[in-house]
Amino acid sequence: MAIAFPAPRADVLAKRDRVIAALKAIVPGEGVITEENERRAFETDALTSYRRIPMVVVLPETTEQVAAIMALCHAEGVPVVARGAGTSLCGGSIPQEDAVVLGVAKMNRVLDVNFSDRTMRVQAGITNLAISGEVAHAGFFYAPDPSSQLACTIAGNVAMNSGGAHCLKYGVTANNILGLKLVTVEGEIVEIGGGALDAPGYDLIGLLVGSEGQLGVVTEVTVRILRQAEGARPVLFGFREIAAAGKTVADIIGAGIIPVAIEYMDREAIHICEAFAKAGYPLDVEAMLIIEVEGSDAEMDAMLARIVEIARRHDVAVVKESKSAMETAAIWKGRKSAFGATGRVADYICMDGTIPTGRLPEVLEGIDRIVKGYGLRVANVFHAGDGNLHPLVMFNVNDPAEQVKAEHAGEDILRLCVAVGGCLTGEHGVGIEKRDLMREQFTEVDLLQQTRIKTALDPKWILNPAKVFPLDAPRDEAPRAAA
Amino acid sequence: MTLHTPSTAAELAAIVTDARAAKTPLAVAGGGTRAGLGRPVQAAATLSTARLSGITLYEPAELVIAAKAGTPLREVTETLAARGQRLPFEPMDHRAIYGATGEPTVGGIAAANVSGPARINLGAARDSMIGLKFVNGLGEDVKSGGRVMKNVTGLDLVKALAGSHGTLAVFHEVCFKVLPVAEGERTLVITGLPIAKAVAALSAALGSPFEPTGAAHVPASGNEAARTLIRIEGFAASLAYRTDALAKLLAPFGAVSVIDGDEGRALWAGIRDAALFAGTDEAVWRISAPPSAAPALAERLAPLAPRMLMDWGGGLVWAGVSAEGDAGAKPIHAAAKAAGGYATLIRAPETVRGAVDVFAPPAGPAMALQQRIKASFDPDGILNPGRMYRGM
Repeated sequence: MAIAFPAPRADVLAKRDRVIAALKAIVPGEGVITEENERRAFETDALTSYRRIPMVVVLPETTEQVAAIMALCHAEGVPVVARGAGTSLCGGSIPQEDAVVLGVAKMNRVLDVNFSDRTMRVQAGITNLAISGEVAHAGFFYAPDPSSQLACTIAGNVAMNSGGAHCLKYGVTANNILGLKLVTVEGEIVEIGGGALDAPGYDLIGLLVGSEGQLGVVTEVTVRILRQAEGARPVLFGFREIAAAGKTVADIIGAGIIPVAIEYMDREAIHICEAFAKAGYPLDVEAMLIIEVEGSDAEMDAMLARIVEIARRHDVAVVKESKSAMETAAIWKGRKSAFGATGRVADYICMDGTIPTGRLPEVLEGIDRIVKGYGLRVANVFHAGDGNLHPLVMFNVNDPAEQVKAEHAGEDILRLCVAVGGCLTGEHGVGIEKRDLMREQFTEVDLLQQTRIKTALDPKWILNPAKVFPLDAPRDEAPRAAA
Repeated sequence: MTLHTPSTAAELAAIVTDARAAKTPLAVAGGGTRAGLGRPVQAAATLSTARLSGITLYEPAELVIAAKAGTPLREVTETLAARGQRLPFEPMDHRAIYGATGEPTVGGIAAANVSGPARINLGAARDSMIGLKFVNGLGEDVKSGGRVMKNVTGLDLVKALAGSHGTLAVFHEVCFKVLPVAEGERTLVITGLPIAKAVAALSAALGSPFEPTGAAHVPASGNEAARTLIRIEGFAASLAYRTDALAKLLAPFGAVSVIDGDEGRALWAGIRDAALFAGTDEAVWRISAPPSAAPALAERLAPLAPRMLMDWGGGLVWAGVSAEGDAGAKPIHAAAKAAGGYATLIRAPETVRGAVDVFAPPAGPAMALQQRIKASFDPDGILNPGRMYRGM
């Protein structure tokens, strides 16, 4: 195993019975899970090659219970791993043997919908898709749409600052959150923001979104909801050459056109997804773009005419417009099931680096070279408009040597992303997976500024331990006192 | 007073390090056009970013631009305009209300999270800021974010620092994502609406599929009838279609007329800059609250504030009040809080700003979190002490 877990602390394990008794006093009934076979359901997330059975699992139903749990764990010095639906691809919610898993899945109610202000207040355990489902009857939706949206919770989206295929136009989670109810590590309940577009003081929402459970536990979220476009139409563009697809993307954006989504799939990904979704993807091309536009029919016709003209300049081989809602659904099903469909043909690790879009052709060549160098295969699916890459490096999980090779290939790909001016992760988060690569992107001083904030809000470092920061990351001994 | 004008990040870091060692706080300045914003800072020296200037990166096809903090905003907007692009958040130019001279800078825009009417659709400055290089109160040169649009690597210090008014760090380089300039824009106008109807009309427009990038209301004043304004942007065919569709949608509120071209641009520049208050001696408050609270808020403010302006569909209320006494601080903070929002005193005499809450303190435990954030960037209180909150 390449990624190290800290050894469970004996002093924490020794408190297990006392902690369980105290948790049962806070959360009555079946909300405290102690049996090993039941705890096992929480041992990993979507980074399934790593797993640890937690000491105990607690599933609170109210913010007050969360606050009492945090106060208890802080006083006892017991690590807490907050968990939404456990769909993290970077191991962001993998527990450890001396940790309490605090699952928010039972807190999944809609608290308020306000169409006048276009906001909605929900409990943190609601799924991403259920938020949109609640307001779809009125023609509204919640914009960020990670591929796991059927299962993933808004709690996890907030923790990871999740994106999705449509964030080219609508932004990521951080751009769509107006308020949070936060439980601090000490168990204090803090309301931040709400129905207004901004909140007083430093931007705590901006800091908390994407903080991967390092700074507190969020129990309620106020999101922006938006009116759906009149229509949406994805178009498939197949290219015989990879570089032509990249140039098409650059020229569309250079021409002042911002589609809702520009998704890229390479030959391997096209074949895998088509076999799964029967979406009508072209099979005899090297690269495919799914470009979606929105608006009235006439508006979409006009915008697509310009996009098609640009694609033709780059010798596009296939142009295929969706002609029905069913075709549209199939096209997106194919793309959004890319991870699951790949999982049917091989085990894989999914990388998530972002690059400057102008470097796309050379990075694609580099990925190919790296993966072939390890004797492995890769399927590439990207959010091409914003340079967020998802190379799926395939391997056989029953062959430990091949798993190590795949992890090394993934690390080399991320180093390449950083070297060309990009970053380690565009939307999945650091978790445990990329923790040890943080120094590729950050200096010691950069890391120290981040760990100072961590220490300020979690002085004992009990929240989601051994994630995000290298285990030997520089940190102050104690929080800095205000002057 | 000493004036420091570093021309490199290393010089900047050295100045902050020295100031910390000597325990002499620094007032942080960009172009000085927003010097009237915030509580007065007691400092022995001023640190200016004026010589940290120049665009360091511009890739139009990647929708990204970076510039050193002291770069005049004008240089950035002109460079973008030459390639048909713009900053999405339409930053307010505070020179109108302060009567200030000089040039707003990129760093100042970032430090004050300065946004404008387009924020309702395209986000605030913080939503377009993707990378930041800064020196914290310990004199350390730190970076967060980068030059790519999607980046969740580590804690997002960029957003924590946007709008921190120089109290956490001195920025020396800022990277923004940008957008193409729309081919055209149009403004739909309904005249004579009372505030409650106006906010309802704006809400209907913002809840439509037509994506307004401006939604403002200028209440009646003297002989001028109230005007409710909705701006849309796009290519020609889209503008024509959306104008008709919105006019139909808004028909129950009144007849719609249309403004475009230079007249429309001037109108929105005036709303962006709260130009209603240019050259007057009122104190000016900015209240951010849920839009649907605006009518009740306006009614409560009316006895204090003869003149108001509403943007962001009613979610931003500008109020001009007498600058005498505490400039209405107590009742205005209370009214903003009752509306579910908060108030900021944007313009008032220095004596008033030294005496009242210019920035609304976050409630209870949220304020304690603010103090922890401050201490983790600037534990010794070297940078802009007291600019936002007394003793912080």
